[in-house]
Amino acid sequence: MLGIVASIIDGILVGSVYGLAAMGLTLIWGVMDVVNLTHGALIVAGMFALFLLAHALGLPAYGALPIVLVGGFVVGVLLYWVSVHRMIGRPPLMSLLSTFAVNLVLIGLGTDVWGTDLFNVPVALPGVSFGRYTFPGTHILAAVLTAVIAGGMYLFLYGTRLGKAIRAVANNRDAAELVGIPTTRVLSMAFGLGAALAAVSGTLIGTLFPFTVLSGDAYQLKSFVVTVLGGLGNPTGALLGGIVLGLIEGLATPFMPVSWTLVIEFAIFVAVLIAFPRGLLVFRR
Amino acid sequence: MRVMNQLSAHARFLVQLVRRPFFWIIGLVTAAFVVAPIIGNNVELREGLLIACIYIILASNLNLMVGYAGYVNFGSIVFFGLGGYICVYLMSAAEWPLAAATLAAGLCVFALAYLFGFGILRLRGPFFALATIGINEAVAAFVINFPPWGGSSGLYLSPELFRQVGGPMQALWVIYFIIVAIMALSLYLSFAIKNSKFGLGLLAIGQNEDAAAVLGVPTARYKALAYSVSAILPAIAGGLYFFKSAYIQPPDAFDLNLSLEAMAVMMLGGQGTVTGPILAGYFYEELRGWLLTSDTFSHFQLVVAGALLLVIVLFLPGGFMGWIHDRWPRLRKVLE
Repeated sequence: MLGIVASIIDGILVGSVYGLAAMGLTLIWGVMDVVNLTHGALIVAGMFALFLLAHALGLPAYGALPIVLVGGFVVGVLLYWVSVHRMIGRPPLMSLLSTFAVNLVLIGLGTDVWGTDLFNVPVALPGVSFGRYTFPGTHILAAVLTAVIAGGMYLFLYGTRLGKAIRAVANNRDAAELVGIPTTRVLSMAFGLGAALAAVSGTLIGTLFPFTVLSGDAYQLKSFVVTVLGGLGNPTGALLGGIVLGLIEGLATPFMPVSWTLVIEFAIFVAVLIAFPRGLLVFRR
Repeated sequence: MRVMNQLSAHARFLVQLVRRPFFWIIGLVTAAFVVAPIIGNNVELREGLLIACIYIILASNLNLMVGYAGYVNFGSIVFFGLGGYICVYLMSAAEWPLAAATLAAGLCVFALAYLFGFGILRLRGPFFALATIGINEAVAAFVINFPPWGGSSGLYLSPELFRQVGGPMQALWVIYFIIVAIMALSLYLSFAIKNSKFGLGLLAIGQNEDAAAVLGVPTARYKALAYSVSAILPAIAGGLYFFKSAYIQPPDAFDLNLSLEAMAVMMLGGQGTVTGPILAGYFYEELRGWLLTSDTFSHFQLVVAGALLLVIVLFLPGGFMGWIHDRWPRLRKVLE
């Protein structure tokens, strides 16, 4: 019994990080109707930034977070101008293909530099024990940091001028342009923000689990499942969806081989989409 | 009576196709693929052209879904891999002859794709694209956990089996000729569908699915049919390809990168065209061969495929054929 409670709690902790990963995807999707298939590569970029900063420069693991946040934003704005800007308003096929192409290039370069070996960044943090079960300190801190970042996102989107502009552009781009919002610049910022969230979540995941250059695909798929669970363009929904996914994973792993989790997640993805095409948790904007 | 009418309509349709110059152009291309390596018994050229054929088969069938119906299928390689597995399994465990095993592979994958298709084709746009990646991953995970198919270590064929196609040396030639034939079939299929009522329905779905449905196109059935028809020939090609290598393992069979290369080839040639995959498949194979043998670029195959795809999508959305059709509008009627 206690074992199940423990896997539920750990599922929630890890799931909140999945929610953070999906937040970047859902923000871009909701604002500019672009499915960013570079998402997985950005998550991996966050992981390897952690590896480089922690190993080569000897920074503490969590000290990498602000650097990754800023770096991810800059990379995101660049990616917007390279691969997305010309695709806005064209058929969705085109932006899928262009972001996918960038993903291929990034992953290809990554495999050249690092191969497909497993990397691991050990982080020494004391865990919290209940009887026989210990919750790793990294899992707890990752969940706390996720909550902080998600809260910051909420304040940003609802409290600042830029955040309000992003929401206005998401609602109706023409109307936003009419009231004087520089929509193109806002779109590039929103893309940068989405990329930064993806990279930061990658860094946090890097403190939890070992990773390879190709790990991005699995987390990208998780992000899609979370987005579908939580509804499009909805950061709060993404967090809840992430926790739901973490719970499902936490409860499923004791009963079946790990290689099946991807299949289960995919089955959930298709089932939810067919039953609830607009997502499970639909909130008012 | 009605059956007779339908048959004669089909016959008239075929006669129409045969009268088109493009019908004979496909024949010429196929003949070139057959004759070129025979001259001087050029084994190196044959192996290169075989890979080009695989690219053309994959891209041409992918085109039915992406170019005609406008549904992005990122996981088309699952057909190739499943076909390979079914064929290799039937040959090694049930000792079926090659022809029966490949045909069975094609039919099984067709049926499976029809079933899958009805499920996931209710999804549209990006959701469908993501689901196709999921299908590939799910099937790969299933195969890894499926003991009769050897799990992650895969299946191996005994060299004895090559005897039915005339021993190891001759087998390579026989398989090459069959794959060229599959390539020709893919091109004829693509050509025939493009000029049929079914193809018109698919093109209508690609332009505006709701409008097509209102005009009476049975969208659900057409989409599922396009998805499953585009599975048959890649499955057969997969069976032949893995018979040639004499072993099959999950990472090779369900290599998502190969389906992305097929996507790049299709876009490069020009989506929705029949000629495009031929030009682009050959070009891409030459480029890949050059990259693999050069010292600097030997590891950059994917990077190049990605960069190529990006440049096409950004600056040349019509691909080779789009450019050719713009440049010489009269060719539009000859090269489909």
